[in-house]
Amino acid sequence: MLKDQDRIFTNIYGMHDPFLAGAESRGDWDGTKELLAKGRDWVVDTVKESGLRGRGGAGFGTGLKWSFMPKESDGRPHYLVVNADEGEPGTCKDREILRHDPHKLVEGCLVASFAIGANAAYIYVRGEFYRETEALQRAIDEAYEAGLIGKDACGSGWDFDCYIHRGMGAYICGEETALIESMEGKKGQPRLKPPFPANAGLYGCPSTVNNVESIAVAPTILRRGADWFAGFGRANNTGTKLFNISGHVEQPCTVEEEMSVPLKELIEKHAGGVRGGWDNLLAIIPGGASVPCLPKGICDSVLMDFDSLKEQQSGLGTAAIMVMDKSTDIVAAIARLSAFYKHESCGQCTPCREGTGWMSRMMQRMVAGNASIDEIDLLEQVTRQVEGHTICALGDAAAWPIQGLIRHFRPELESRIEQAKKNAAA
Amino acid sequence: MSDFVQPTSFEFKAEALEMAKVHIAKYPEGRQASAVMPLLDLAQRQNDGWLPTAAMDYVADFLDMPRIEAYEVATFYTMYNLEPVGKHHVQVCTNLPCWLRGSDKIVEAAIRGTGTEMGSMSDDGLFTLSEMECLGACVNAPMMQINDDYYEDLDETSTESILTELRHGKEPKTGSQIGRKTCEPIGGLTSLKDAGAS
Repeated sequence: MLKDQDRIFTNIYGMHDPFLAGAESRGDWDGTKELLAKGRDWVVDTVKESGLRGRGGAGFGTGLKWSFMPKESDGRPHYLVVNADEGEPGTCKDREILRHDPHKLVEGCLVASFAIGANAAYIYVRGEFYRETEALQRAIDEAYEAGLIGKDACGSGWDFDCYIHRGMGAYICGEETALIESMEGKKGQPRLKPPFPANAGLYGCPSTVNNVESIAVAPTILRRGADWFAGFGRANNTGTKLFNISGHVEQPCTVEEEMSVPLKELIEKHAGGVRGGWDNLLAIIPGGASVPCLPKGICDSVLMDFDSLKEQQSGLGTAAIMVMDKSTDIVAAIARLSAFYKHESCGQCTPCREGTGWMSRMMQRMVAGNASIDEIDLLEQVTRQVEGHTICALGDAAAWPIQGLIRHFRPELESRIEQAKKNAAA
Repeated sequence: MSDFVQPTSFEFKAEALEMAKVHIAKYPEGRQASAVMPLLDLAQRQNDGWLPTAAMDYVADFLDMPRIEAYEVATFYTMYNLEPVGKHHVQVCTNLPCWLRGSDKIVEAAIRGTGTEMGSMSDDGLFTLSEMECLGACVNAPMMQINDDYYEDLDETSTESILTELRHGKEPKTGSQIGRKTCEPIGGLTSLKDAGAS
């Protein structure tokens, strides 16, 4: 189990002062000037060597992403955009950073912006997080006041401004190009890539979009070293990670643990175990609503990291673990997610706009068993026609939970249909 | 669409005007359209929580952008209320993590407590009740948002008592309703136990 001295988010529960005095006592803003004095390449290389993979769901190498930004400006400004539009069902980790450890994020914005040659960062916070936005704004104001950001930030010679842009309720804006569109004052509809944001992002300028947690861990990585961070978790899955454990556990909670921790151990050590004991487990969605569920048999031994979950045809996603015990109507659970994706489809791509409706309606019928057996295959086919045929990953995200259901719980779907037939005959 | 009157004009009062300038200053010269979302929000807050067409027009003109683009934004994002809402906008999350922990019961309690149906406003104008997608407080499920605040770790009793307090003009306790500080395990800390450490 991760030791407290190796935890990055030491105020994740808000037990202590979240603001500047408290943050400084926890080590934030310690020697930031010296870190920046080591140069842009050193920052990027250190984050690369740490193995940090993006914490927003896709798991792309953070340092590598930073290295895609032009080395020299062609006259256009560079931007850092931080994705705090946390809305993936099950996910509530960035919220705790925003309200309890906001200085980690603000300092992270400075070092990341320096690394990508940006003099400004925008933090896009979901609109419902109103109190969290207040806390973050206070931290930003404090940092300006103390000379940590603004002109000659921390005395580094680097000018850096940090702003909050509030979302107004659209899950799709968590997709990076939709977020950029939204920031420009438009509907949040994803853009085709290429061009990638590193070439033409916000206002057509080179931009990097990173998740809150990815940015907030960066200063600690720079201070404690790439090797320290890379010492946790398995190769290619390094570091510490915030996990959200919700659903049918005795004690739902958020906790920072080592990557590659066994799922069962994580739940039993921190969340008080599955309600009614581990043997009462039906299934777990391990990484937010978008990733396929896993039946108990896999949960017994799977590790919580990118590669281990991918091997099981699921994913780490945002590391939001939703636990379902044997009392759960698993078909209704997945149908609820299908309804969510139907609601959140931005309507731009036909396969997603129409497909999420199709899938949701078919799932509703599956809940009642009001279908024929071969419609299970038809439903599977529909998911395949949506997956990979849209501009952004929302279509995929809508398809995968259903594919996971069919893969692992097909007998449940079939028995429901048989039962409904029997009931109708009787 | 229920029947209500669209005001014929709208303009920012001094305080909103001040805030509008702060928002516009965040964005580069010529990119003031980026401020359309915060300005529409300011307009909605000034107008008792809903956004009339006159306010959209005003904001579009204020930012020197086509009015249709302000309409597009106002109709795309769910936090803009295009018709009047109650003094307390009660938004119950029913997405999976809340559903697994009994949000169906919370919805029933909220219907009783507000005296209105899902998706509508109570006759006294005190409450509007809405069903929400995930609000991002999943380890504190089930939960609801009322105006700017989250109420978490709900059960039927606490849901009804929060609504009763609001009905009587009181300010119910926000956050967890079962004595948790925030998102730590209720049975006691499993990490960061050293109370002396900051």
